[in-house]
Amino acid sequence: MADIAEIKTDAYVDITNIVCPVTFVKAKVAIEELKVGEVLKVHMNGGEPLQNVPRSMKEEGHRVLKLTENDDGTYDLIVEKGEE
Amino acid sequence: MAFTDEQIERYSRHIILKEVGVKGQKKLLNAKVLIIGAGGLGSPAALYLAAAGVGTIGIADADEVDLSNLQRQVIHQTADLGKAKVISAKETMEAINPDVKVIPYRTFVSSENIEDLIKDHDFVIDGTDNFPAKFLINDACAMAGKPFSHGGIIRFQGQLMTYVPGESPCYRCVFKNPPPKDAVPTCKQAGVIGAMAGVIGCLQAMEAIKYILGKGDLLTGFLLTYNALTMEFRKIKLPKEVKNCPVCGENPTITELIDYELTECDGAI
Repeated sequence: MADIAEIKTDAYVDITNIVCPVTFVKAKVAIEELKVGEVLKVHMNGGEPLQNVPRSMKEEGHRVLKLTENDDGTYDLIVEKGEE
Repeated sequence: MAFTDEQIERYSRHIILKEVGVKGQKKLLNAKVLIIGAGGLGSPAALYLAAAGVGTIGIADADEVDLSNLQRQVIHQTADLGKAKVISAKETMEAINPDVKVIPYRTFVSSENIEDLIKDHDFVIDGTDNFPAKFLINDACAMAGKPFSHGGIIRFQGQLMTYVPGESPCYRCVFKNPPPKDAVPTCKQAGVIGAMAGVIGCLQAMEAIKYILGKGDLLTGFLLTYNALTMEFRKIKLPKEVKNCPVCGENPTITELIDYELTECDGAI
């Protein structure tokens, strides 16, 4: 899989300042604004969002391209919008 | 139109649903629903539609809040006694959700005004308490091609059906004409359990929401009846079309709206 730096993203959403379930809701709002095939970067905390956001994105039919841990303990999730 | 953070949080339990999502919530916010009657059925319907973020809600009623209403008309409070029901309803809805624009129509529906009232709305909820209004709403909606939810309650019983033009039988396909005077007691005479208004009014709100979202199956082609005492719901299948229906059949004989006479005891659901 390509490095995060090499994947072109079309939108970015920071969900480090909110809690469940708004974390996923905000990520879902961001990805619903995109076209199929476009890519969203989700900046999130470990713990609950790390557990739930990638799984929920997959359940909604989107493709998780990459998940990386940052030095400060946050994570970046790269998701490609799937068919509706 | 992008959601504000506040809207994302307010509607989070909707947006999280696959059947709603961002698109569905935007449909709700752009929708216009007319509720006819701010009483027993209209109260819960209005509360849930406002909370759901239905962007424009018209509400029509000429009455004022009366002490005997408060046992079931949950949108009004004791402090609202004497206030126009549509104003009391508007205040409650807007207090729940400032996203909602409520348009009060302080009038009873009649053949003179109903076409104007329904024309700018996507869906109509019949929350009235008398047969003349129910037939008028049906005929006007059938003639204008407007979908609506019929609801009716008495004692421990309730019923509802949904009409979508061209897809399902109308109220008059099922109930040809208003019953003769005094054949059916009104709520005032017969009484009604308050929670029945909640059950049926909430189901009407649910039908409006499903219609707006375009998800699931509506209660078209069926009459649902609920008997609270026996705790039985019956979903009665209706004929797909009624060719001799005087309003929506092949050769309609009712082509103008009728103001049936309101009997003295009608009213007060």
